Order: sequence, then C-alpha cells, then structure tokens
Amino acid sequence: MDENVIEAINLTKKYGSFTALSKLNLNLSGSKCVGFLGPNGAGKTTTLKIFTDLIRPSSGQAMINGVNVQSNKKKALSDCSALIETPEIYPSMTVREALSLVAELRGVPRSERTSQIEEVVAEVKMSDWLDKNVGKFSKGMKQRVNIASTLIGNPSIILLDEPTSGLDPRGMAEVREIVKSLKKKDRLIFMSSHLLNEVADVCDEVAMIDHGKLLAYGPLEEITDKFSTVDDSAEAQFSRPIDESINSQISRIDNIVSVEKIDSRTVKIKYTGGLKSQEYILATLAGMQIGLVGFKSSSTRLEDTYLNLIKETL
Amino acid sequence: MIDMETMNVDINQEKKIPGSLDQLFIITKYELLNYFRSRRFLILLIIGLIIDLLLTGIIGYYRPQSFLSSSLSFYSGWVGNSITFIIILSAIFFGGDSISGEFQNKTGFFIASRPIRRSSIYTGKWIASFIASFLIIIIFLAITIANGVYYFGASVPYQLWDALAFSILYLAAVLGFAFFFSSLFKSSAYSIIVTVILFLFAFTLIQFIVSSLVGIEPWFIITYASGIISNIFTVPFPPHVVTTVTHLGHGRTLTTTTYNATISEGLIIMAGYFIISTLLGLFVFEKREFN
Repeated sequence: MDENVIEAINLTKKYGSFTALSKLNLNLSGSKCVGFLGPNGAGKTTTLKIFTDLIRPSSGQAMINGVNVQSNKKKALSDCSALIETPEIYPSMTVREALSLVAELRGVPRSERTSQIEEVVAEVKMSDWLDKNVGKFSKGMKQRVNIASTLIGNPSIILLDEPTSGLDPRGMAEVREIVKSLKKKDRLIFMSSHLLNEVADVCDEVAMIDHGKLLAYGPLEEITDKFSTVDDSAEAQFSRPIDESINSQISRIDNIVSVEKIDSRTVKIKYTGGLKSQEYILATLAGMQIGLVGFKSSSTRLEDTYLNLIKETL
Repeated sequence: MIDMETMNVDINQEKKIPGSLDQLFIITKYELLNYFRSRRFLILLIIGLIIDLLLTGIIGYYRPQSFLSSSLSFYSGWVGNSITFIIILSAIFFGGDSISGEFQNKTGFFIASRPIRRSSIYTGKWIASFIASFLIIIIFLAITIANGVYYFGASVPYQLWDALAFSILYLAAVLGFAFFFSSLFKSSAYSIIVTVILFLFAFTLIQFIVSSLVGIEPWFIITYASGIISNIFTVPFPPHVVTTVTHLGHGRTLTTTTYNATISEGLIIMAGYFIISTLLGLFVFEKREFN
C-alpha cells in the first residue's frame, strides 16, 4: 500500500455506562495534516490511544495502512509514530539514551542512529541538552524530547495528542513550525488539539468530535464554509495612522463587508469569499501603498464553526 | 532549523522493525541501565555487602562453633540464613514497581505506544530484574566463599552449588510473583507493599499456621518450598514430616507437625509459582489499559 491511511471503523469505547467513543468512522489518507478538534472529554485522546494500542476498543476496528492495530500492533505501527499525552521519560536516562532506545526499537541502523538522533534533537532545539538527564527537565523540555522521539525512524504517519501542551508560547510556535515542516514530506499527520488557531495555522483538514461522535470532517475551508455563519476576518497593520479617507478606500475593496478600527494603525477587516478573497484583498491593500506592514487572518470562522457544532461541553 | 527533508533516511523505504526477541533484549539493556543509573542496584548491593561484612566481623570476632565446626555448617549458617532474604529484597527492589511504575509514572506511554509487543516489554524488564538480582547474589556468594576459603581452604561443599541452583529458581519464582502483583496495581507503593507483606510476613505466618496448628502440609506456599535452600546443607536431608509430641503433665500431650519440602517437591513448587505467576502477570499486563 503506497498511501498513508488511518481508518476508524465503527470505533466504540465504553467505560461501564459511559461511552467515550461512539461508532467513530473516519478515513484519513494521503499526505496532509488533519486537526482533531473537540472539547475536553470529547474522545480525542481515547481515539489516539486506541490507534496506538494503549487502550482497546469495546468494538470496531482501528486500522493503520490496512493493518488492525489490535491484532497486529507491531506491523500497524511500523511506519507510525505517536505522542500521546505527555509521556514521562525514564528520569535517569539522558536524551541521547532515551532516543537511542526508541531508535533501536524502531530498527534504525546503527550507522544512522547517532546522526538521526542529533538531527531530531536539533529540530526541537535541544542539542545543548543531548547528554543531560531527562529527570531534571521541565515539562516543556520533556515534551520537546517526546516530539523528537516521534521523528526517530522517519515514520510516514504521525499521531500527535495536543503536542503543544505544556509549552510556553515560544515553544508552541516552534512546535507548530516543526509540524509544518513535517508536512513537506509524504506524511499523514493526525493532530488533536483544542486550540483553534493552532489547527487553523497548521492543518489542512479538520475532524470535529464531541461526546465520542464525529460531527464533521473535511478540508478546513469546506467545513467552515458549511458550518460557519460569520464572515472571514483579518487584522491589517499599517506603518502610519489610518485616517477616515483611507478607511473608506479599504471598505470599497471587493468582498469586504466591514472595516473596524482597532487603533490608529490597525484595522479589523471582515470579508467574504474565503482564501481567494483574502489573497485579493491582501494584494489590493499592498498595491494601495498605504503602509501595509502586516496582515493576519483570524480564526473567527473556525471558532464559529466549532461553536456551532459543539453546542455544549461536558 | 534542520529541514526534515534533509534527513538521511528515505521515509518511503520499508521500515524494518526488529523481531520481538531483539526488542526484548533492547528493553533488558535499557532497564539495566536504568537500574544502575537510578542507584537501585547500588543500594541493594550495599545491603548485601553490609550483611556480608556483619557476618565476617561477627564470625571473625566471636568464632561461633555453629559456624566453624565444619565447612558445611559454615556455608549452612551463612548462606542458608541470608540468601532467601536477599532474594526477597531483590524482588522488592527490582520487581515491586517494575510494571506498576510504568502506569503510575507514565513512562509506559513512552514505550508502549511504539511498535513493540507488550510481552517483549514485560519479559525484557523481567530478565533485567533477574540479571540485576543474580549479580547481587553472585557478589554476596563471592564474599561468602572468600570467608569459607579463609577458614576451611578451597574445598567448597557441593551443597553450596545445589543451594545456588535452588536460589536461582527461587529468585525466578519470587520475581515472577512480584511482577504479577506489579502488573495488578497501578500504584507502585501498593505493589511494593503487597510484595513486602506477602514475602516477609504473610507467607511465613500462613505456613506456620497451616503446618503447625492445622497439620496440613503447606505445599502451596512458596516460602515453604524455599526451605530446601537451607535444608540442603543438613546431612542427611531432613525428613519430610517431623512429628513432635510434647508431654504437658497430668497425662496431657501436645502433638505438633513440622513439614520439610523434599527437594523435588520444592523444585516443583518454585517452578509452578514461576510459570503460573509469570503467565498471569503477562496476561494482566496485556489486558491493562493506559488510561
């Protein structure tokens, strides 16, 4: 099988009378990043744990590249790596030793082990700590090592359960960049998160889950178009103050619904038409030579979609 | 930042995961490293050395006849009284939290989510515990033999080697049992406490009640089977059943029965404990969920 495939078939997990996952059907394939969104207790981690055989489904099947994880875990996970919750690494081990353990378990050839460990450690900016004991690390540092461990062996499928959990804002941004760089190769990344901007920033597709049930799955744009009732918006920053005449010029650009002044140099622009429209507005603003220095789209539509689909949490 | 595209390995090449046996020994290797780094091994080694040094000092200073009457009584007194205690301590140190710690400390998430069978993790950790315990026993015995050679020359009685062989089987059984309890509990403290209570108090107490008061042979108690480790130094080997009648006066008597496991019986009980507890422990660990 050439394509990377993750498939949940009627996946159900019950704890007594509580149903954590209810007949989840999801088929992810190809090379992309899929965000798995849902509130706490929605079933995100349960799903990912079933896909790594940390827990077993009450019924249904979890398949990776056509192999059932529960009946043949080794084969199913041979080209799949996962970061579930925030695992603890044996505190007496150094980063190098912990990653060597993973490399050996994954069958990374001895000749490539050292270079691969050093590369993944550099990727998570932990090179200076390579030979230090993990026991002394902060939660954020441990999470970086955990992320590095998922890159060992260059798996084609990566499952990430809230990978930025426990990281400071800088660390979160760096992890997002790592995930984005992972997408450049033929990888399928399935990443759970409850951070909407994170998913909007990193992911190509989104699956939304609540109370153990899949609510929606598809390309980000398609899902927001279908379920969002608000317009797209973006914040534009200028190098000089925006007066009323410039404000009205901006308002006249096609597809712009409204322009709201946030401060003297920043405006919030609401528009329709999705990405194409966004591209056009940005190009037009730049062409107007009014000192545009920043243009950042906000995740309002995804947030609205999320709120529309997920009416109430536990 | 290093671009992941520049990494050495082509991600589309076939991923060759090592066989389960190879993975088992990888786990063993890193578990041993963990023992040495976390000072568990060192602490238990120090305890073993303290016992050795105390016995060396006491025997050298007081010269007790119970030890120095013959080489057999020397090794009986030294090894027969201490080795089972060291084995139980080893099981507590290395096996007590070996599996439960993976759940409590969440280290299990780091390993169990990889392409590796749980049985490889369990068995790899068990072998590491066994090797670490065996090293402690060998160091303990080396000092014992050094003392024996000092007092009686190089002629070491064959019973010592028998006792060593029985001790190895006993170690396997006790570790199997400790691992089983460790896989039952999610709390390291619980699994360690249960192992301590069972081996240091409960089994001995049950054995006494069952054999002396109820008059039934305690063939189902592992500490009963371990009696062969010390009894092997007694020539001839103690009888299987010893009945003692004590006259209390006025025509009243008290009959007590003491049982000694025969060698074959002891070996079968130990092997049974090892096999059953290991299989049960493996089964429980396979079914446990990382919630």
